[in-house]
Amino acid sequence: MNMELTFPEDAREGRVRSNRNLSGFERWASIVAGAGIAAYGVSRLNKNGWLYASIGGLLLRRGATAHCDVYEAFGVNTAGDAGDTRAKLRGPRGVNVLESVTINRSIDELYRFWRNLENLPQFMRHLESVEKVTDTISHWKAKGPAGSVVEWDAEIHNEVPPKLIGWRSLQGADVVSAGSVNFDNAGPGRGTRVTVHLQYSPPGGKVGAKIARLFGRDAETEIREDLRRFKQLIEAGEVPTTAGQPRG
Amino acid sequence: MKALCWYGTNDVRIARVPDPRILNPRDAIVKVTLTAICGSDLHLLDGFIPTMKRGDILGHEFMGEVVDVGPENTKLKVGDRVVVPFTIACGRCYFCERQLWSACDNSNPNAWMLEELYGFSGSGLFGYSHMMGGYAGGQAEYVRVPFADVGPYKIPDGVSDEQVLFLSDIFPTGYMAAENCGITPGDTIAVWGCGPVGQFCIASAWLLGAGRVIAIDREPERLRMAADRGKAEVIDLTSTNVYEALKDMTGGRGPDACIDAVGLEAHGNTIGDWYDKAKTATMMATDRLGALRQAIHCCRKGGTVSIPGVYGGLLDKMPMGAAFGKGLTMRMGQTHVHRYLPELMQRIQRGEIDPSYVITHRLRLEDAPNAYKTFRDKEDGCIKVVLRP
Repeated sequence: MNMELTFPEDAREGRVRSNRNLSGFERWASIVAGAGIAAYGVSRLNKNGWLYASIGGLLLRRGATAHCDVYEAFGVNTAGDAGDTRAKLRGPRGVNVLESVTINRSIDELYRFWRNLENLPQFMRHLESVEKVTDTISHWKAKGPAGSVVEWDAEIHNEVPPKLIGWRSLQGADVVSAGSVNFDNAGPGRGTRVTVHLQYSPPGGKVGAKIARLFGRDAETEIREDLRRFKQLIEAGEVPTTAGQPRG
Repeated sequence: MKALCWYGTNDVRIARVPDPRILNPRDAIVKVTLTAICGSDLHLLDGFIPTMKRGDILGHEFMGEVVDVGPENTKLKVGDRVVVPFTIACGRCYFCERQLWSACDNSNPNAWMLEELYGFSGSGLFGYSHMMGGYAGGQAEYVRVPFADVGPYKIPDGVSDEQVLFLSDIFPTGYMAAENCGITPGDTIAVWGCGPVGQFCIASAWLLGAGRVIAIDREPERLRMAADRGKAEVIDLTSTNVYEALKDMTGGRGPDACIDAVGLEAHGNTIGDWYDKAKTATMMATDRLGALRQAIHCCRKGGTVSIPGVYGGLLDKMPMGAAFGKGLTMRMGQTHVHRYLPELMQRIQRGEIDPSYVITHRLRLEDAPNAYKTFRDKEDGCIKVVLRP
């Protein structure tokens, strides 16, 4: 029997490694420049000297940890593992959203509707289209920032009919993302609970995500409204609207 | 078409606007033949309801003739004469299936706004602010009715517009308030507020087997209507201590159930009423709750307080201790109009009640701006205004 344990040291090392977002060249450049600037600052021993010493110290730290806070804030990663979905979404990286809705329909009906991914743009407002490539691989087009279009391929990598669909973007995607949707029976006469878990590395990084939040379009709100439209479409057959009605 | 639009607090006008059109497959367009101003419209006029926008068309009590139907609407035909519930319901969600129509999950396009305020959103309403859906209302020549295969109720021959118009809101609202009292034969029901909803609370309490109905108001003509048409005993709160009077009238026990048909703009003379006026006037509170406080105070032990009057926000100095101490049941909420329509239509057809008796003013739609003010200021004996476009 395999009794493998996770040691605290391993966990810490894993976290440090997953934080790494600088290439080797940048690390050493940071260390060399930081050491130089810090030495210059310390040699001056006046008010400006302390400033140089501090900047040098920060650069040294950036080099030593191979982690840049500014890069992280803007979603930049030069460490060379940027294309890998798992690496990009591991740990604290990316945006993590969990939303749930209860729909007055059978678990099978909801599963079938969602499994046909081409249906998703009917209620996911940021999606322009999803095209089926093979049974598990699909091509996604979404509205990006400032009118741009972002595209990526995704695969369904986990499927338990009629309870679970899991998907993730493939190598080289504009938007690195992974998601799953769970369907649970909510009890007799109580419909089906639909839970969506979505992770993505947003264009513009976490700062981009925070700015988006200021304008009310953060990921949680988007997914919640998407699920609301899903429910309205499935239950009522239409999404309620007032767009186009008269006013004075 | 012509429509009554809201342009700000104390500013409603008749405006020329485009005709409504079908926007969703289950829609219908109704040519309005009769509409009314509701007491709750006065909360909009007075600026108590947030999320109104300039140009919003008001009105949620209306009836008329179907002139267009969407492709998925198989129930209605052009030419059908219908009365339309003010609550908009999809008919297919968990709540609609349980007859909780005003809690419909799917009819409010701006549900997120109410979720911020209330945790969860109820159904959309016609002409009643954007947090309630932002739907254009029926104080207009034409109105678009969403989910029209569920809401509009076909009017049988032999009943007039005036007899059935109030099935859209105030008659079911009064009826549900009385039903929420859980009346057992012989019960004494006290009703605060003798506006149109209060009048229908009185009438419905009788229909449901009350032994006594006591009506409380400050306007002589409303008390007169409650006594003459409603056959209620009346208390004028301007000259009488309501609590003492109710106690005396019920042998020291108190009414079995109390109905607050006043809501968030109560007018009264107690210290609490002046406190509320000061706080709402300075934007430190949203609702005035004099009637509700008194209803709770006067209710017998183990009794029921039923609240058809509209509240919108946070209540200050709410006598929760009295409610707890006496083990009261409190029931409230927007009316599940759809639930009551068939039954109440039959009561009208059988001649058990003719709701048109509350009408005091019959005007044209063009007269609506002045009518709002007459109604609010209770001038000219105004109790209920109906408007013919």
